[in-house]
Amino acid sequence: MSGSHGHAIFVHTLSPLHRLAPHLKIAAGLVMLGAIISTPRRALWASAVYGLALAALVIMARLPIRFVLSRMLVLTPFALLALMFPVFGADPRVEVLGISLSEPGLWDMWNLLAKASLGLSTAILLGATTEVADLLRGLDSLRVPRLVTAILGFMVRYIDVVVDDLNRMRLALAARGHGGSSIAHWGPYGRAMGTMFIRTYERGERVYLAMESRGYAGEMPASARAKATPEQWAFAILGSTAFWAVAITARIVT
Amino acid sequence: MSTPVIEILGLDFSYPDGTEALIDIELHIHRGERVALLGPNGAGKTTLVLHMNGIHRAQTGTVTVSGLPVTPPNLLEIRRRVGLVFQDPDDQLFMPTVREDVEFGPRNLGLTGADLEQRVAAALALLEVADLADRAPNHLSFGQKRRVSMAGVMAMEPEILVLDEPTSNLDPASRQDLTRALLSLDVTQMIVTHDLLYALEVCPRSVIIDSGRIVADGPTRELLTDTDLLAAHRLALPAALELLAGAPNQPGKPVN
Repeated sequence: MSGSHGHAIFVHTLSPLHRLAPHLKIAAGLVMLGAIISTPRRALWASAVYGLALAALVIMARLPIRFVLSRMLVLTPFALLALMFPVFGADPRVEVLGISLSEPGLWDMWNLLAKASLGLSTAILLGATTEVADLLRGLDSLRVPRLVTAILGFMVRYIDVVVDDLNRMRLALAARGHGGSSIAHWGPYGRAMGTMFIRTYERGERVYLAMESRGYAGEMPASARAKATPEQWAFAILGSTAFWAVAITARIVT
Repeated sequence: MSTPVIEILGLDFSYPDGTEALIDIELHIHRGERVALLGPNGAGKTTLVLHMNGIHRAQTGTVTVSGLPVTPPNLLEIRRRVGLVFQDPDDQLFMPTVREDVEFGPRNLGLTGADLEQRVAAALALLEVADLADRAPNHLSFGQKRRVSMAGVMAMEPEILVLDEPTSNLDPASRQDLTRALLSLDVTQMIVTHDLLYALEVCPRSVIIDSGRIVADGPTRELLTDTDLLAAHRLALPAALELLAGAPNQPGKPVN
Protein backbone atom coordinates (compact mmCIF):
# COMPACT_ATOMS: atom_id res chain seq x y z
CA MET A 1 0.00 0.00 0.00
CA SER A 2 2.49 2.61 -1.05
CA GLY A 3 1.45 6.03 -2.28
CA SER A 4 -2.08 7.26 -2.14
CA HIS A 5 -3.00 6.56 -5.74
CA GLY A 6 -1.81 3.01 -6.29
CA HIS A 7 -4.26 0.18 -6.66
CA ALA A 8 -2.03 -2.50 -5.17
CA ILE A 9 -4.18 -5.37 -6.30
CA PHE A 10 -7.08 -4.19 -8.44
CA VAL A 11 -6.54 -4.10 -12.22
CA HIS A 12 -8.81 -1.72 -14.06
CA THR A 13 -10.04 -3.52 -17.16
CA LEU A 14 -13.49 -4.38 -18.36
CA SER A 15 -14.16 -8.09 -18.46
CA PRO A 16 -16.96 -10.51 -17.67
CA LEU A 17 -15.10 -11.41 -14.49
CA HIS A 18 -14.97 -7.75 -13.43
CA ARG A 19 -18.69 -7.53 -13.98
CA LEU A 20 -19.50 -10.74 -12.12
CA ALA A 21 -21.43 -9.88 -8.95
CA PRO A 22 -18.96 -9.64 -6.04
CA HIS A 23 -20.82 -11.98 -3.68
CA LEU A 24 -20.83 -14.71 -6.34
CA LYS A 25 -17.16 -14.12 -7.02
CA ILE A 26 -16.23 -14.40 -3.33
CA ALA A 27 -18.38 -17.50 -2.79
CA ALA A 28 -17.16 -19.21 -5.97
CA GLY A 29 -13.55 -18.35 -5.06
CA LEU A 30 -13.94 -19.95 -1.62
CA VAL A 31 -15.59 -23.05 -3.05
CA MET A 32 -12.80 -23.37 -5.63
CA LEU A 33 -10.20 -22.98 -2.89
CA GLY A 34 -11.89 -25.77 -0.94
CA ALA A 35 -11.70 -28.04 -3.99
CA ILE A 36 -8.02 -27.24 -4.58
CA ILE A 37 -7.09 -27.90 -0.98
CA SER A 38 -8.93 -31.21 -0.71
CA THR A 39 -7.40 -32.70 -3.85
CA PRO A 40 -4.99 -35.59 -3.13
CA ARG A 41 -1.40 -34.57 -3.67
CA ARG A 42 -0.57 -37.43 -5.99
CA ALA A 43 -3.25 -36.47 -8.53
CA LEU A 44 -0.87 -34.42 -10.65
CA TRP A 45 -3.35 -34.22 -13.50
CA ALA A 46 -5.90 -32.53 -11.22
CA SER A 47 -3.48 -29.73 -10.38
CA ALA A 48 -2.82 -29.34 -14.09
CA VAL A 49 -6.55 -29.01 -14.76
CA TYR A 50 -6.91 -26.37 -12.01
CA GLY A 51 -3.90 -24.53 -13.40
CA LEU A 52 -5.33 -24.48 -16.91
CA ALA A 53 -8.75 -23.39 -15.67
CA LEU A 54 -7.25 -20.54 -13.62
CA ALA A 55 -5.08 -19.52 -16.59
CA ALA A 56 -8.22 -19.39 -18.71
CA LEU A 57 -9.87 -17.17 -16.10
CA VAL A 58 -6.82 -14.87 -16.04
CA ILE A 59 -7.10 -14.51 -19.82
CA MET A 60 -10.84 -13.97 -19.55
CA ALA A 61 -10.24 -11.22 -16.96
CA ARG A 62 -7.67 -9.60 -19.32
CA LEU A 63 -5.07 -9.47 -16.57
CA PRO A 64 -1.49 -8.88 -17.70
CA ILE A 65 0.48 -12.11 -17.11
CA ARG A 66 3.37 -10.10 -15.70
CA PHE A 67 1.07 -8.58 -13.11
CA VAL A 68 -0.15 -11.99 -11.97
CA LEU A 69 3.40 -13.37 -11.83
CA SER A 70 4.69 -10.37 -9.90
CA ARG A 71 1.92 -10.81 -7.30
CA MET A 72 2.87 -14.49 -7.04
CA LEU A 73 6.26 -13.44 -5.66
CA VAL A 74 4.60 -13.22 -2.24
CA LEU A 75 5.05 -16.98 -2.21
CA THR A 76 8.86 -16.81 -2.29
CA PRO A 77 9.49 -17.33 1.44
CA PHE A 78 7.12 -20.30 1.51
CA ALA A 79 8.74 -21.73 -1.59
CA LEU A 80 12.14 -21.48 0.07
CA LEU A 81 10.75 -23.27 3.09
CA ALA A 82 9.26 -25.96 0.84
CA LEU A 83 12.68 -26.54 -0.74
CA MET A 84 13.86 -27.77 2.68
CA PHE A 85 11.29 -30.61 2.82
CA PRO A 86 13.04 -33.00 0.39
CA VAL A 87 16.41 -32.39 2.05
CA PHE A 88 15.32 -33.07 5.60
CA GLY A 89 12.31 -35.31 4.96
CA ALA A 90 11.80 -38.93 6.08
CA ASP A 91 12.93 -42.08 4.24
CA PRO A 92 12.64 -43.65 1.68
CA ARG A 93 15.11 -41.55 -0.30
CA VAL A 94 15.49 -41.22 -4.03
CA GLU A 95 18.36 -40.04 -6.22
CA VAL A 96 17.60 -36.82 -8.14
CA LEU A 97 20.48 -35.46 -10.23
CA GLY A 98 22.89 -37.23 -7.97
CA ILE A 99 21.44 -35.81 -4.74
CA SER A 100 19.74 -38.09 -2.26
CA LEU A 101 16.29 -36.64 -1.46
CA SER A 102 13.39 -37.77 0.70
CA GLU A 103 10.46 -39.07 -1.34
CA PRO A 104 7.72 -37.98 1.11
CA GLY A 105 9.58 -34.67 1.35
CA LEU A 106 9.37 -34.24 -2.42
CA TRP A 107 5.63 -34.88 -2.30
CA ASP A 108 5.26 -32.41 0.58
CA MET A 109 7.17 -29.82 -1.41
CA TRP A 110 5.04 -30.38 -4.47
CA ASN A 111 1.86 -30.30 -2.40
CA LEU A 112 2.73 -26.98 -0.75
CA LEU A 113 3.97 -25.32 -3.94
CA ALA A 114 1.07 -26.49 -6.09
CA LYS A 115 -1.71 -25.69 -3.64
CA ALA A 116 -0.23 -22.42 -2.52
CA SER A 117 0.25 -21.13 -6.05
CA LEU A 118 -3.17 -22.34 -7.22
CA GLY A 119 -4.82 -20.86 -4.13
CA LEU A 120 -2.93 -17.62 -4.50
CA SER A 121 -3.89 -17.34 -8.17
CA THR A 122 -7.53 -17.69 -7.14
CA ALA A 123 -7.09 -14.88 -4.60
CA ILE A 124 -5.27 -12.70 -7.14
CA LEU A 125 -8.09 -13.26 -9.63
CA LEU A 126 -10.62 -12.19 -7.02
CA GLY A 127 -8.65 -9.13 -5.91
CA ALA A 128 -7.68 -8.03 -9.40
CA THR A 129 -11.24 -8.10 -10.71
CA THR A 130 -13.08 -6.69 -7.68
CA GLU A 131 -12.75 -3.18 -6.29
CA VAL A 132 -12.38 -3.03 -2.52
CA ALA A 133 -15.74 -1.31 -2.15
CA ASP A 134 -17.38 -4.14 -4.14
CA LEU A 135 -15.60 -6.77 -2.05
CA LEU A 136 -17.12 -5.19 1.05
CA ARG A 137 -20.52 -5.05 -0.61
CA GLY A 138 -20.13 -8.69 -1.61
CA LEU A 139 -19.30 -9.71 1.97
CA ASP A 140 -22.34 -7.73 3.07
CA SER A 141 -24.51 -9.67 0.63
CA LEU A 142 -23.07 -12.91 1.95
CA ARG A 143 -24.45 -11.86 5.35
CA VAL A 144 -21.06 -11.26 6.94
CA PRO A 145 -21.94 -9.20 10.07
CA ARG A 146 -22.02 -5.50 9.22
CA LEU A 147 -19.72 -4.76 12.13
CA VAL A 148 -17.02 -6.85 10.46
CA THR A 149 -17.45 -5.28 7.02
CA ALA A 150 -17.51 -1.83 8.63
CA ILE A 151 -14.20 -2.52 10.40
CA LEU A 152 -12.69 -3.81 7.15
CA GLY A 153 -14.00 -0.74 5.35
CA PHE A 154 -12.48 1.67 7.86
CA MET A 155 -9.19 -0.20 7.67
CA VAL A 156 -9.06 0.07 3.90
CA ARG A 157 -10.18 3.69 3.99
CA TYR A 158 -7.65 4.87 6.53
CA ILE A 159 -4.58 2.76 5.83
CA ASP A 160 -3.27 5.30 3.31
CA VAL A 161 -3.97 8.16 5.70
CA VAL A 162 -2.04 6.42 8.48
CA VAL A 163 0.82 5.47 6.15
CA ASP A 164 1.04 9.10 4.96
CA ASP A 165 1.18 10.24 8.59
CA LEU A 166 3.91 7.74 9.29
CA ASN A 167 5.92 8.83 6.25
CA ARG A 168 5.69 12.48 7.29
CA MET A 169 6.95 11.55 10.70
CA ARG A 170 9.85 9.58 9.19
CA LEU A 171 10.69 12.60 7.03
CA ALA A 172 10.61 14.85 10.05
CA LEU A 173 13.00 12.54 11.86
CA ALA A 174 15.29 12.34 8.84
CA ALA A 175 15.17 16.10 8.31
CA ARG A 176 16.69 16.57 11.74
CA GLY A 177 19.46 14.12 11.10
CA HIS A 178 17.90 10.95 12.44
CA GLY A 179 18.49 7.87 10.34
CA GLY A 180 19.81 4.40 10.33
CA SER A 181 18.60 1.14 11.64
CA SER A 182 20.91 0.27 14.51
CA ILE A 183 19.47 -0.30 17.97
CA ALA A 184 20.62 3.17 18.98
CA HIS A 185 18.06 4.60 16.55
CA TRP A 186 15.12 2.66 17.87
CA GLY A 187 14.19 5.11 20.64
CA PRO A 188 12.87 7.91 18.42
CA TYR A 189 11.11 5.36 16.17
CA GLY A 190 9.41 3.92 19.22
CA ARG A 191 8.25 7.33 20.38
CA ALA A 192 7.06 8.09 16.85
CA MET A 193 4.98 4.92 16.93
CA GLY A 194 3.50 6.00 20.26
CA THR A 195 2.59 9.36 18.77
CA MET A 196 1.07 7.58 15.78
CA PHE A 197 -1.08 5.51 18.08
CA ILE A 198 -2.41 8.59 19.86
CA ARG A 199 -3.02 10.45 16.60
CA THR A 200 -4.88 7.49 15.19
CA TYR A 201 -6.99 7.28 18.32
CA GLU A 202 -7.82 10.99 18.09
CA ARG A 203 -8.72 10.61 14.44
CA GLY A 204 -11.01 7.78 15.42
CA GLU A 205 -12.79 10.12 17.82
CA ARG A 206 -13.16 12.81 15.13
CA VAL A 207 -14.48 10.29 12.62
CA TYR A 208 -17.01 9.14 15.18
CA LEU A 209 -18.14 12.75 15.75
CA ALA A 210 -18.53 13.14 11.99
CA MET A 211 -20.60 9.95 11.89
CA GLU A 212 -22.81 11.13 14.73
CA SER A 213 -23.26 14.47 13.01
CA ARG A 214 -24.80 12.71 10.06
CA GLY A 215 -27.28 10.79 12.14
CA TYR A 216 -25.29 7.65 13.02
CA ALA A 217 -27.10 5.89 15.83
CA GLY A 218 -25.11 2.74 16.42
CA GLU A 219 -25.64 0.78 13.23
CA MET A 220 -24.04 1.23 9.85
CA PRO A 221 -26.74 1.73 7.22
CA ALA A 222 -27.24 -1.22 4.92
CA SER A 223 -25.54 -0.74 1.59
CA ALA A 224 -27.33 -1.62 -1.61
CA ARG A 225 -27.18 -5.39 -2.00
CA ALA A 226 -25.19 -6.57 -4.99
CA LYS A 227 -27.37 -8.09 -7.69
CA ALA A 228 -26.49 -10.97 -9.99
CA THR A 229 -27.99 -11.99 -13.31
CA PRO A 230 -29.07 -15.63 -13.97
CA GLU A 231 -26.11 -16.01 -16.37
CA GLN A 232 -23.74 -14.95 -13.58
CA TRP A 233 -25.30 -17.44 -11.19
CA ALA A 234 -24.96 -20.18 -13.80
CA PHE A 235 -21.33 -19.28 -14.48
CA ALA A 236 -20.37 -19.19 -10.79
CA ILE A 237 -22.15 -22.45 -9.96
CA LEU A 238 -20.82 -24.30 -13.01
CA GLY A 239 -17.29 -23.07 -12.41
CA SER A 240 -17.14 -24.06 -8.78
CA THR A 241 -18.92 -27.38 -9.41
CA ALA A 242 -16.36 -28.20 -12.10
CA PHE A 243 -13.55 -27.67 -9.58
CA TRP A 244 -15.23 -30.00 -7.11
CA ALA A 245 -15.88 -32.58 -9.86
CA VAL A 246 -12.13 -32.64 -10.49
CA ALA A 247 -11.38 -32.88 -6.76
CA ILE A 248 -13.80 -35.79 -6.22
CA THR A 249 -12.65 -37.65 -9.32
CA ALA A 250 -9.06 -37.26 -8.18
CA ARG A 251 -9.95 -38.67 -4.77
CA ILE A 252 -11.68 -41.69 -6.34
CA VAL A 253 -9.00 -42.57 -8.88
CA THR A 254 -5.93 -41.90 -6.74
CA MET B 1 -39.57 38.21 12.95
CA SER B 2 -39.62 34.58 11.85
CA THR B 3 -38.28 31.73 14.00
CA PRO B 4 -34.48 31.89 13.86
CA VAL B 5 -32.66 28.89 12.40
CA ILE B 6 -30.32 28.98 15.37
CA GLU B 7 -31.30 30.46 18.70
CA ILE B 8 -28.84 30.21 21.56
CA LEU B 9 -29.76 31.71 24.92
CA GLY B 10 -27.55 31.96 28.00
CA LEU B 11 -25.36 29.03 27.01
CA ASP B 12 -22.51 28.07 29.36
CA PHE B 13 -20.20 25.11 28.99
CA SER B 14 -17.21 23.92 31.01
CA TYR B 15 -15.03 20.94 30.25
CA PRO B 16 -14.74 18.25 32.93
CA ASP B 17 -11.39 19.72 34.06
CA GLY B 18 -13.20 22.96 34.92
CA THR B 19 -12.04 25.02 31.92
CA GLU B 20 -14.85 27.38 31.00
CA ALA B 21 -15.19 27.01 27.25
CA LEU B 22 -18.37 29.02 26.68
CA ILE B 23 -19.79 31.78 28.87
CA ASP B 24 -23.25 33.26 28.50
CA ILE B 25 -23.53 32.87 24.72
CA GLU B 26 -26.47 34.61 23.02
CA LEU B 27 -26.75 34.13 19.28
CA HIS B 28 -29.52 34.32 16.71
CA ILE B 29 -29.07 33.31 13.12
CA HIS B 30 -31.94 33.86 10.71
CA ARG B 31 -32.90 32.07 7.55
CA GLY B 32 -30.75 32.96 4.57
CA GLU B 33 -27.97 34.58 6.59
CA ARG B 34 -24.32 33.86 5.97
CA VAL B 35 -22.45 34.41 9.23
CA ALA B 36 -18.75 34.11 9.98
CA LEU B 37 -17.73 32.94 13.45
CA LEU B 38 -14.32 34.49 14.02
CA GLY B 39 -11.89 33.99 16.85
CA PRO B 40 -8.34 33.03 17.70
CA ASN B 41 -7.36 29.41 18.31
CA GLY B 42 -8.88 28.04 21.47
CA ALA B 43 -11.58 30.72 21.63
CA GLY B 44 -14.38 28.16 21.81
CA LYS B 45 -15.48 28.23 18.17
CA THR B 46 -15.60 24.47 17.68
CA THR B 47 -17.15 23.90 21.11
CA LEU B 48 -19.95 26.29 20.19
CA VAL B 49 -20.51 24.55 16.88
CA LEU B 50 -20.72 21.14 18.57
CA HIS B 51 -23.55 22.53 20.70
CA MET B 52 -25.56 23.41 17.63
CA ASN B 53 -26.01 19.79 16.57
CA GLY B 54 -26.25 18.30 20.02
CA ILE B 55 -22.86 16.60 20.26
CA HIS B 56 -22.29 18.74 23.34
CA ARG B 57 -25.33 19.30 25.54
CA ALA B 58 -25.96 22.72 27.02
CA GLN B 59 -25.06 22.74 30.71
CA THR B 60 -27.03 25.92 31.27
CA GLY B 61 -29.05 27.82 28.71
CA THR B 62 -30.77 26.52 25.60
CA VAL B 63 -30.01 25.83 21.96
CA THR B 64 -32.93 25.75 19.54
CA VAL B 65 -32.82 24.89 15.86
CA SER B 66 -35.78 26.26 13.89
CA GLY B 67 -37.90 26.09 17.02
CA LEU B 68 -36.81 22.57 17.96
CA PRO B 69 -34.84 22.40 21.23
CA VAL B 70 -31.60 20.40 21.17
CA THR B 71 -32.55 17.55 23.49
CA PRO B 72 -31.90 13.80 23.25
CA PRO B 73 -35.24 12.80 21.69
CA ASN B 74 -34.75 15.37 18.91
CA LEU B 75 -31.16 14.55 18.08
CA LEU B 76 -31.66 12.83 14.73
CA GLU B 77 -33.84 15.66 13.44
CA ILE B 78 -31.42 18.25 14.88
CA ARG B 79 -28.54 16.59 13.08
CA ARG B 80 -30.48 16.60 9.86
CA ARG B 81 -31.21 20.31 10.25
CA VAL B 82 -27.67 21.31 11.20
CA GLY B 83 -25.15 20.09 8.65
CA LEU B 84 -21.63 20.12 10.02
CA VAL B 85 -18.64 20.10 7.67
CA PHE B 86 -15.50 19.18 9.61
CA GLN B 87 -12.11 20.77 9.18
CA ASP B 88 -10.28 17.67 7.96
CA PRO B 89 -12.26 16.01 5.15
CA ASP B 90 -10.45 12.75 5.88
CA ASP B 91 -12.35 12.64 9.17
CA GLN B 92 -15.61 13.03 7.37
CA LEU B 93 -15.20 10.79 4.35
CA PHE B 94 -15.12 7.41 6.00
CA MET B 95 -17.03 5.21 3.55
CA PRO B 96 -15.30 3.21 0.80
CA THR B 97 -16.65 5.29 -2.10
CA VAL B 98 -17.86 8.85 -2.60
CA ARG B 99 -21.37 7.69 -3.41
CA GLU B 100 -21.63 5.54 -0.29
CA ASP B 101 -20.33 8.43 1.77
CA VAL B 102 -22.93 10.83 0.43
CA GLU B 103 -25.55 8.11 1.02
CA PHE B 104 -24.53 7.70 4.66
CA GLY B 105 -26.58 10.58 6.09
CA PRO B 106 -29.75 10.05 4.05
CA ARG B 107 -29.69 6.32 4.85
CA ASN B 108 -29.53 7.17 8.54
CA LEU B 109 -32.62 9.29 7.93
CA GLY B 110 -34.30 6.18 6.57
CA LEU B 111 -34.22 6.98 2.86
CA THR B 112 -34.02 4.05 0.43
CA GLY B 113 -34.54 3.25 -3.23
CA ALA B 114 -35.38 5.97 -5.71
CA ASP B 115 -35.71 8.68 -3.01
CA LEU B 116 -32.21 7.93 -1.84
CA GLU B 117 -30.77 7.89 -5.35
CA GLN B 118 -32.43 11.16 -6.19
CA ARG B 119 -31.21 12.83 -3.01
CA VAL B 120 -27.65 11.65 -3.57
CA ALA B 121 -27.61 12.61 -7.24
CA ALA B 122 -28.89 16.09 -6.37
CA ALA B 123 -26.21 16.61 -3.71
CA LEU B 124 -23.44 15.39 -5.99
CA ALA B 125 -24.64 17.71 -8.77
CA LEU B 126 -24.94 20.65 -6.38
CA LEU B 127 -21.25 20.47 -5.46
CA GLU B 128 -20.23 19.47 -9.02
CA VAL B 129 -18.72 16.17 -7.93
CA ALA B 130 -21.04 13.75 -9.77
CA ASP B 131 -18.11 12.48 -11.85
CA LEU B 132 -16.31 11.38 -8.65
CA ALA B 133 -19.20 9.24 -7.37
CA ASP B 134 -17.51 5.86 -7.77
CA ARG B 135 -14.04 6.95 -6.69
CA ALA B 136 -12.50 6.07 -3.36
CA PRO B 137 -12.07 9.14 -1.11
CA ASN B 138 -8.36 8.46 -0.66
CA HIS B 139 -7.83 8.99 -4.39
CA LEU B 140 -9.20 12.55 -4.42
CA SER B 141 -7.41 15.89 -4.22
CA PHE B 142 -7.86 17.97 -1.09
CA GLY B 143 -10.24 20.42 -2.77
CA GLN B 144 -12.31 17.55 -4.16
CA LYS B 145 -12.48 15.95 -0.71
CA ARG B 146 -13.72 19.25 0.70
CA ARG B 147 -16.52 19.50 -1.85
CA VAL B 148 -17.47 15.82 -1.49
CA SER B 149 -17.73 16.18 2.27
CA MET B 150 -20.02 19.17 1.71
CA ALA B 151 -22.12 17.05 -0.66
CA GLY B 152 -22.46 14.44 2.08
CA VAL B 153 -23.84 17.10 4.39
CA MET B 154 -26.06 18.78 1.77
CA ALA B 155 -27.61 15.36 1.03
CA MET B 156 -29.28 15.66 4.43
CA GLU B 157 -31.00 18.84 3.20
CA PRO B 158 -29.93 20.83 6.24
CA GLU B 159 -31.44 24.15 7.24
CA ILE B 160 -28.05 25.50 8.17
CA LEU B 161 -24.64 24.50 6.87
CA VAL B 162 -21.86 24.94 9.43
CA LEU B 163 -18.31 24.78 8.11
CA ASP B 164 -15.32 24.47 10.44
CA GLU B 165 -12.25 26.18 8.94
CA PRO B 166 -13.24 25.38 5.36
CA THR B 167 -10.29 27.22 3.79
CA SER B 168 -7.52 25.53 5.74
CA ASN B 169 -5.06 23.73 3.46
CA LEU B 170 -6.81 24.88 0.28
CA ASP B 171 -4.74 26.30 -2.56
CA PRO B 172 -6.01 29.58 -4.08
CA ALA B 173 -7.85 27.86 -6.95
CA SER B 174 -9.64 25.38 -4.65
CA ARG B 175 -10.46 28.30 -2.39
CA GLN B 176 -12.20 30.05 -5.26
CA ASP B 177 -14.07 26.82 -6.09
CA LEU B 178 -15.21 26.69 -2.48
CA THR B 179 -16.36 30.32 -2.52
CA ARG B 180 -18.33 29.71 -5.68
CA ALA B 181 -19.89 26.61 -4.14
CA LEU B 182 -20.81 28.40 -0.90
CA LEU B 183 -22.30 31.40 -2.67
CA SER B 184 -24.34 29.14 -4.95
CA LEU B 185 -25.87 27.09 -2.11
CA ASP B 186 -29.33 28.20 -1.14
CA VAL B 187 -28.98 27.49 2.57
CA THR B 188 -28.23 29.43 5.75
CA GLN B 189 -24.52 29.24 6.46
CA MET B 190 -22.15 29.69 9.34
CA ILE B 191 -18.45 29.67 8.58
CA VAL B 192 -16.03 29.14 11.45
CA THR B 193 -12.68 30.62 10.56
CA HIS B 194 -9.80 32.84 11.49
CA ASP B 195 -9.33 33.71 7.84
CA LEU B 196 -10.68 37.27 8.06
CA LEU B 197 -10.49 37.98 4.35
CA TYR B 198 -12.53 34.90 3.64
CA ALA B 199 -15.16 36.09 6.07
CA LEU B 200 -15.24 39.41 4.24
CA GLU B 201 -15.54 37.68 0.90
CA VAL B 202 -18.39 35.38 1.82
CA CYS B 203 -20.20 36.57 4.96
CA PRO B 204 -22.05 39.89 5.35
CA ARG B 205 -22.23 39.34 9.12
CA SER B 206 -19.57 38.25 11.57
CA VAL B 207 -19.51 37.18 15.19
CA ILE B 208 -16.25 37.38 17.11
CA ILE B 209 -15.74 35.00 20.01
CA ASP B 210 -12.81 35.08 22.42
CA SER B 211 -12.17 33.15 25.62
CA GLY B 212 -15.65 31.66 25.41
CA ARG B 213 -17.53 34.97 25.12
CA ILE B 214 -19.10 36.68 22.16
CA VAL B 215 -17.28 40.02 22.02
CA ALA B 216 -18.66 41.48 18.80
CA ASP B 217 -21.51 40.82 16.40
CA GLY B 218 -22.11 42.99 13.37
CA PRO B 219 -21.47 43.66 9.68
CA THR B 220 -18.18 42.00 8.68
CA ARG B 221 -16.78 45.13 7.02
CA GLU B 222 -17.34 47.19 10.17
CA LEU B 223 -15.74 44.65 12.47
CA LEU B 224 -12.75 44.15 10.22
CA THR B 225 -12.00 47.86 9.99
CA ASP B 226 -11.97 48.18 13.77
CA THR B 227 -8.26 47.49 14.26
CA ASP B 228 -8.43 47.96 18.03
CA LEU B 229 -11.14 45.33 18.31
CA LEU B 230 -9.17 42.91 16.16
CA ALA B 231 -5.94 43.48 18.05
CA ALA B 232 -7.68 43.00 21.40
CA HIS B 233 -8.76 39.53 20.33
CA ARG B 234 -5.62 38.30 18.60
CA LEU B 235 -7.11 38.72 15.15
CA ALA B 236 -5.44 40.69 12.37
CA LEU B 237 -5.83 41.26 8.69
CA PRO B 238 -2.88 39.97 6.68
CA ALA B 239 0.11 42.32 6.83
CA ALA B 240 0.30 42.08 3.04
CA LEU B 241 -2.77 44.33 2.83
CA GLU B 242 -1.01 47.17 4.64
CA LEU B 243 2.09 46.64 2.55
CA LEU B 244 0.08 46.84 -0.64
CA ALA B 245 -1.96 49.82 0.51
CA GLY B 246 0.46 52.09 2.35
CA ALA B 247 4.13 51.53 1.89
CA PRO B 248 5.20 50.95 -1.70
CA ASN B 249 8.88 50.29 -1.01
CA GLN B 250 8.92 47.99 1.92
CA PRO B 251 10.26 44.66 0.80
CA GLY B 252 10.94 41.99 3.35
CA LYS B 253 14.21 42.70 5.09
CA PRO B 254 17.06 40.41 4.11
CA VAL B 255 18.59 38.26 6.79
CA ASN B 256 22.01 39.49 7.82
